[in-house]
Amino acid sequence: MTQIKKLKEVLEVALLTSSQPLSIEDLTKLFIDKTDRSTIRMLLDEIKIDWQDKSMSLTQVASGYRFQAKADFTEFLMRLSPDRVPNYSRAVMEVLAIIAYRQPVTRADIEKIRGVSSNTNTLRQLIEREWIDIIGQKEVPGRPSLYATTKHFLNDFALKSLSELPELNSVLTQELSDSKVDESREEIQEN
Amino acid sequence: MAELIYTEKSIPKIYGEDIEALPQDLYIPPDALEVYLDSFEGPLDLLIYLIRKNNIDILDIPMANLTLQYINYVEKMKVIKLELAADYLLMSAMLIEIKSRMLLPKISLEDEEDDPRAELVKKLIEYELMKDAAENLNEMPQVGTDIMIAQSYFERVTEITYPDVSIDDLFEAWKNVIKRAKQFEHHQISQSELSVREHMTIILRKLNDKDLLEFSTFFNSEKDPIPKLVVCFLAILELTKEGLIKINQQPSSSSIFLQLSEA
Repeated sequence: MTQIKKLKEVLEVALLTSSQPLSIEDLTKLFIDKTDRSTIRMLLDEIKIDWQDKSMSLTQVASGYRFQAKADFTEFLMRLSPDRVPNYSRAVMEVLAIIAYRQPVTRADIEKIRGVSSNTNTLRQLIEREWIDIIGQKEVPGRPSLYATTKHFLNDFALKSLSELPELNSVLTQELSDSKVDESREEIQEN
Repeated sequence: MAELIYTEKSIPKIYGEDIEALPQDLYIPPDALEVYLDSFEGPLDLLIYLIRKNNIDILDIPMANLTLQYINYVEKMKVIKLELAADYLLMSAMLIEIKSRMLLPKISLEDEEDDPRAELVKKLIEYELMKDAAENLNEMPQVGTDIMIAQSYFERVTEITYPDVSIDDLFEAWKNVIKRAKQFEHHQISQSELSVREHMTIILRKLNDKDLLEFSTFFNSEKDPIPKLVVCFLAILELTKEGLIKINQQPSSSSIFLQLSEA
């Protein structure tokens, strides 16, 4: 019994001191005798319950588990660093949305959807933030880069996977399928 | 605070006084419209704004009406910021093209399916979907603004592990040191004390005494070290070059004799 308690404490302290989310794989490295994944998963569930009434919660995101402050405290914590994180422009957010929902896409695909030539700065901003990266080249003349969202993006938006992205506006999706256009969407070649 | 009061006669008043005309100095900054148009992300954005504002059914767009409104906006924009207008002008052309195609009589029944607006509508909806998704993304809680991550401090102890060392290892190391030290030994290259000039003098002295001497008498190959033999030979050559001695050999392969040249 005390053995279990010790294991849990090790996991807890590792998660609390890590700057990155830790995957189950990472967590197995904590122990010399390879503790199996299912045990770790079970212990993590227990930790989650242990922390239920505390100020932090154990949350699962794309690259693993992390402790984060409960939402009720954000308001207070923000007072510590009042210099607000600048909001991205609408253009940046639109490009991010297109990449997130339609990935992998080329710059031309993005421009086609937005109907304007986009400025390289937008993509650079998102790459610098490590929210998107280039995952290959489309096999068409010019071999344009294909952009996709990263795990870091999912982590920052507290998502486990892309399937957890908010659903697209259902009214519009309905209208899109109602519009009398043959639905032969250009297939995006994957690399 | 300026109060705008409408009286019974509908004469606007400021501070209780009638206003008959707009103040002359009413200033509209020239950039005002630019800022306004900048707030659209492109022609599709502007079109969607017009469609939503007029409560138009996106699947049945009154092209003439929309095109007219759109062109009105773009014309204003053109005056102020031409380079911004390029994308918008392209859309104007496309809208007019769609409208003209709609005016053309339909040739066959098949064409009925082919609404000239379809492509535009698809684009508009696709863009609005993404525009909407972008707004949703922006409102999602994000790390750094809405989500705070735990990051406790822990002191990283860099533990120093000392390797095992045996006396054999030490001896081996010492041997290596010696071996390496030998490789770094200095080889002194001492300058030869034998000078060609000196030998030239010696040779001349001998020739002064003896008049004629056989070549081999200058070389004692058993006793003299090789450097000395070389220097001696160089000295003979040098003397010959300077014309101080003569070297004679009568029949080939016979003895070579040296003598002073002035003789």
